[in-house]
Amino acid sequence: MTMPFGYASPEQQVRDKSEYARKGIARGRSVVVLTYVDGILFVAENPSTTLHKISEMYDRVGFAAVGKYNEFENLRTAGIRIMDTRGYMYDRRDVTSRALANAYAQTLGAIFTESIKPYEVEIVVAEVGHSATEDQIYRLTYDGSIADERGFIAIGGQSEQVMTSLREHHVEGQPLSAALRVAVDALTAGAPPGSPPNGERTLTAANLEVAMLDRTRTRRMFKRIVGSQLDGLLTETAPAAS
Amino acid sequence: MPDPTGVGRLPAVFMTPGTSSFADFLSVAAPDLLPGARGSLPAPVTDAAHGTTIVAVTFPGGVIMAGDRRATQGHMIAQRDVEKVHHADEFSCVGYAGTAGVGAELIRLFQVELEHYEKIEGSTLSLDAKANRLAFMVKGNLPMAMQGLAVIPLFAGFDTETGQGRIFSYDIAAAKSEERTYESIGSGSVFARGSLKKRFRSNHTADDAVRISIEALYDAADDDSATGGPDLIRKLYPIVASVTADGYRRLTDDEVAPVVESIIADRAQNSGG
Repeated sequence: MTMPFGYASPEQQVRDKSEYARKGIARGRSVVVLTYVDGILFVAENPSTTLHKISEMYDRVGFAAVGKYNEFENLRTAGIRIMDTRGYMYDRRDVTSRALANAYAQTLGAIFTESIKPYEVEIVVAEVGHSATEDQIYRLTYDGSIADERGFIAIGGQSEQVMTSLREHHVEGQPLSAALRVAVDALTAGAPPGSPPNGERTLTAANLEVAMLDRTRTRRMFKRIVGSQLDGLLTETAPAAS
Repeated sequence: MPDPTGVGRLPAVFMTPGTSSFADFLSVAAPDLLPGARGSLPAPVTDAAHGTTIVAVTFPGGVIMAGDRRATQGHMIAQRDVEKVHHADEFSCVGYAGTAGVGAELIRLFQVELEHYEKIEGSTLSLDAKANRLAFMVKGNLPMAMQGLAVIPLFAGFDTETGQGRIFSYDIAAAKSEERTYESIGSGSVFARGSLKKRFRSNHTADDAVRISIEALYDAADDDSATGGPDLIRKLYPIVASVTADGYRRLTDDEVAPVVESIIADRAQNSGG
């Protein structure tokens, strides 16, 4: 059989696209999503106060993303539209993170196979349950793969180093300030190439974007942690100066 | 919703950037879900349930909105415990008078509209913009109103920019007008407005505003058969909401009941005719 000019096998195409997407994602900073006693905490290294990586989706559902801003912003908007439409058609209680994660998985999967350029994004969709055992965290990658995570997850550039730190320090049922410290330490461990060596790079309130899904709140459980509340939580657990 | 591409990804309308309005999005993605989408009716509807009197009263630092609990169907009482005053968002509330089914749907869409904008934009609309969005929704209902399914909202909120409580009322053609002091809508509104006219003081407190709102509803119920008075037997009191710098808050029955009882006690002394 003669191959047409410029033919690439499906395997080759998938490999190339994956490599392309991974390179794009690896350039960005990481985001950590982890559980604490009253819900789920989102922590992103993000110097911008207006271009968000973390977002409210619905009463119990939050979103975090890394990668190309226009691409994940497109998915974020689509997600809010899906959820608001479902809540309006059915009832607020019938809006679930699983439905959203499925829609994202199928969309990312279709874009990966059909388009020349895949989306360079990684996404976390998390839902806070009535109790800690009902918390749900889904991780979605550029090719539409979906995984159900327990307790914590890191996405983005240095996610492996960040995950190592999380595995070591994450404790189920930890208070909010402890969870924030675990997340910040993990993000610090995942220093992007070219940044000062470990220990010299400190993350402060100015370059962190933090939000939580707090099951003790009523109705809309998503809340950003900013200003004095964030400063307070960070100093509460700051390592003693040596 | 059907997927036109047929390959299992979200329909293009979801992924199209542009609008932050949920109503605009629905008009493209699922127009049949919009409140106006009842098709053309063979004859005017005259026997749908109706909601009646709503009042709103400003005071320095906020606004109070209150509504009676009755829904009528012709000469019958359709429901005794309707809630016609609702939370719109953190700094506003909305009530309706007219066809109950259309009113409830309009308010639901309005609530999602405000929350949708907030989530997509990461900031809230100004109070004037919220009032304009509501006018747009009333306008969408005009064909239904012409067929007998009219509904009119009353919108009130705390303007975080000026620190004032503000009230917006609408007519059936969506003409929006702002009221600085008080406003009432619905079948008992003539009597409620007369009552408020005599009792309103520009420097009164939030508690005074709650009291004169409930007095106005009492006066409306006194003279309008479609407006329900407080039902002490079933412990059904008017719905009262306040919006201030601290946000929206619905008063509990335990807060409303003493005011109602005190008004009734005063009226027992002097019935006003």
